[in-house]
Formats: sequence, structure tokens, C-alpha cells
Amino acid sequence: MSVVLALVAVCVLAALGYAGGQVEGWRWIFGAVLPYLGIALFLGGIVYRVARWASSPVPFRITTTTGQQRSLPWIRQAKLDNPFTPAQTFGRMLLEVLLFRSLFRNSKFELRAGPRLVYGEEKWLWLAAMAFHWSFLVVFLRHLRFFLDPVPAWVAALQSIDGFLQIGAPEILWTGLILPAALLYLLARRLFQAEIRYISLFADYFALCLLLGLAGSGVLMRYFTKTDIIAVKQLAIGIVTFSPVVPASLSGLFFVHLFLLTVLLAYFPFSKLAHMPGIFLSPTRNLPNNNRAHRHVNPWNYPVKVHTYEEWEEEFHDKIVAAGLPLDKE
Amino acid sequence: MRDRGWILLGLALFIALVTFPLWYNTALGVAPKQLQLEKAKGEACVYETAYMRQHHMDVLMEWREQVVRRGNHLVKVGGKTYEMSLTKTCLDCHRSKERFCDRCHDYAAVTPYCWDCHVSPEEAPVVAARARTADER
Repeated sequence: MSVVLALVAVCVLAALGYAGGQVEGWRWIFGAVLPYLGIALFLGGIVYRVARWASSPVPFRITTTTGQQRSLPWIRQAKLDNPFTPAQTFGRMLLEVLLFRSLFRNSKFELRAGPRLVYGEEKWLWLAAMAFHWSFLVVFLRHLRFFLDPVPAWVAALQSIDGFLQIGAPEILWTGLILPAALLYLLARRLFQAEIRYISLFADYFALCLLLGLAGSGVLMRYFTKTDIIAVKQLAIGIVTFSPVVPASLSGLFFVHLFLLTVLLAYFPFSKLAHMPGIFLSPTRNLPNNNRAHRHVNPWNYPVKVHTYEEWEEEFHDKIVAAGLPLDKE
Repeated sequence: MRDRGWILLGLALFIALVTFPLWYNTALGVAPKQLQLEKAKGEACVYETAYMRQHHMDVLMEWREQVVRRGNHLVKVGGKTYEMSLTKTCLDCHRSKERFCDRCHDYAAVTPYCWDCHVSPEEAPVVAARARTADER
């Protein structure tokens, strides 16, 4: 049910974007005003979320330890899985952020006839996630050709590597195939694996459908319906130089693409997609596990009022002496 | 967190990176450009300008298909017959690759591989001369 809702929501958004490109008075709103709003919400939202995370106290090291911690010199430490120094932690984070190492450890278990519990590898999720995220990064960087003038050589180089198959004109880009394929796998996984369908919510489907809509409209525009890309670049440059223009020759599908992007930007910091900044701030990953070597004092410990024995003895000094009891002092 | 300084540094770095087009264009003083294309020699293009602006690559790919793979050389559009040739038809009106094709292609970082084989009439003597000196060497 929630997948249908998500699909309908994205279709409505796409239709809204299309309409925004058709109605004369709306073009300016969908082509200039809303993109600025989207960018502001994205940047402001990320700053807000990260600032909140940064201000929440982490008094104790809660590292997830997936290997031997630092111990006696003759016991070998798993440096990346149970880091002790900041450098080792940095290495762990690097692998986590760039290669999704913890996702690589993903495993599955099934109850088979017997009954027998069987454990196994499950790498497809990791593979699809890698394919999606890296393609998205390349796609994002390739789009800089619309935002920079002159286009830097590295953007052009990235594009020519992406299109090295040289099929057709405009040439087919690898990422244009890999990105939607990976997204479709991630969606299919939620739809056809009963356990995962059970825990999937509207937000899960919505993010996937939105990204599919964004990628789909881009692919359609590049290979099939075409648009006036010089006008697209004028719009893009206009936005980043604060002199927005909305050329007349932009196609309806471009407005769909732009509006879905605007929605993605605005939605990003306030949804599960905020895992992008979040992964850097995961306390179970980004802290060295040195709990046994260093004392970590809880910074918000309440200053407890204590009455020590010394003070007590002083308070009742005379009475103790009168009773003939021994005193510590003396 | 005691790493607040590091977090804020990372956040600042992220903001600086995603707003990179802003700095880049401001530093270079870029504004949205109206591209000036050289006026074509002929009266009218094979298809309308608005269509050509978006679909010229489709037309060229179709022409390649027709000529190279099917052996058809002529196409009838709106009562007129054209030879399906980049060099003989398109570039006959749009004489200069540099002042026509490249204007948009360079602006949008499009690198079509037409020019791996074809040359525009204007640049042809230059290319020929370069080939001759290369041969002599």
C-alpha cells in the first residue's frame, strides 16, 4: 500500500512540475523561486541537523567493536575493526564512507527444512548500494557542466570516461544505466522480499520513487525527448550567479526534472536521506575504543553534595569526645 | 561532543564544496550567456530551427543510418530534396564549425565524435596542410 502511495505522490509532484512549466505565471516560480527555496532548505537543514548532532553530548565511547581490541602487546589488535587511535578510527571511517564496509558484512539467515537455521552471505544489497551511490556522485559531478563556465577539464574528462562506449549521439553514459538499475534493484528488494516488505514504510518507498523519477526524467530528456541544453545552462548559471533567468525554450520534462530535484533538496535533510551527513557522526563508528585506557567523565554529571567523614567528625567533635570514642584526627 | 570543532570544520567544508559553482562563477565574473551563432548561408534549414536546436543529433544519426547502412542518399523534406550529408548539406550553409557547432558544444561541454572523421569546409585546407606536412616528415 505504501509503495502505491509513494508512487502516486511522486507522480503528483512530477505532474505539478510539468504544469509549472506550462503555465506562464508559474514558470518563474518553478524555474527560479522554488529552486532557491529548495537549496536554502537543503543547506539550512543540513546545518541544523549537524549542529544538533554536534551539540548532543557523547560522554562515553560506544564504539561497535567487531574485532580484537588493543590489549597486551602479544595479542594482535584488529586496528580497523576496533580502533584505538584517531588515525585508526579515520581509516575505519574512510572505509565506511567510501566502501560501505559495515554493509559488506551484511548476512542473512533462513529457516530451512529440518528445521535448520542457515546463515549465509548477502552481498547484493552492498553491491546495489555501491552502484547507486557512486553513480549518483558521478552524475552529480557531471551536472557541473551546466553550472560552470568555462567547464573545467576534469568535468569533461569524467564525462568522456562515463561515455567511453561512444554509442549514439548524445553518447550513452554508464551511470545513466547503472543508477536506475541499482535503484530498481533496491526497490524490488523491498517489494519482493517478504521480511523487508514488512519493515518498509512510506518514507522508504518515497525516497526510491523520487530518485527514480529524477533519474528517469533525466534519462528520458537526454536520450529521447531532448531539450534545449543551452537554455538549461542559462537557467543553471542564472541560479548560481543570483541573476535567475527562465528561458522560453525549456521543455516540460525539464521542469519535471527540476521540480523533482527541488523536492529532493528540500526533503533531504529532514528524512532518512540525512544519512549522508549522519554517517560521519555515527558515534558507534567515529570514536576510538579506548574506554579501558582512558577515564571518560560524564560532562553533565550533577555536582553531588557530599558530607565526608572528616566533616561529620568535625561537626560532632565534642559529642564524640564526650562519648569517649576514638577520633581520626589526633 | 568534544569533537565539536572538527564537526563544524567538516560542515564548513561541505558547504564550501556544494556551493562551489557560486565561488567559481563569481571569481570568473560569469553571467548567463546569449550565444552568438554565425548566420547560415542558406534561406532555411532542413527542419525548423526550434526543432533542429534540440534534435539535430537525431537527424544526423538517422542520416548516418540511412546512408552508411541502407545506402539511401536522398531525403525529401517539405517538397525539397536534400542529400543526407553532414559535409555537403549541413556544412554547406553553416560554413564554420568554430563559429557555429563549437559555440554551443563548447559552452555545454558536448564533445560529439562527428569530428573524428569529418572536417568542415572552412577548416579543410588547414587540416589538409597539416596532413601534408606530417606526410613529408
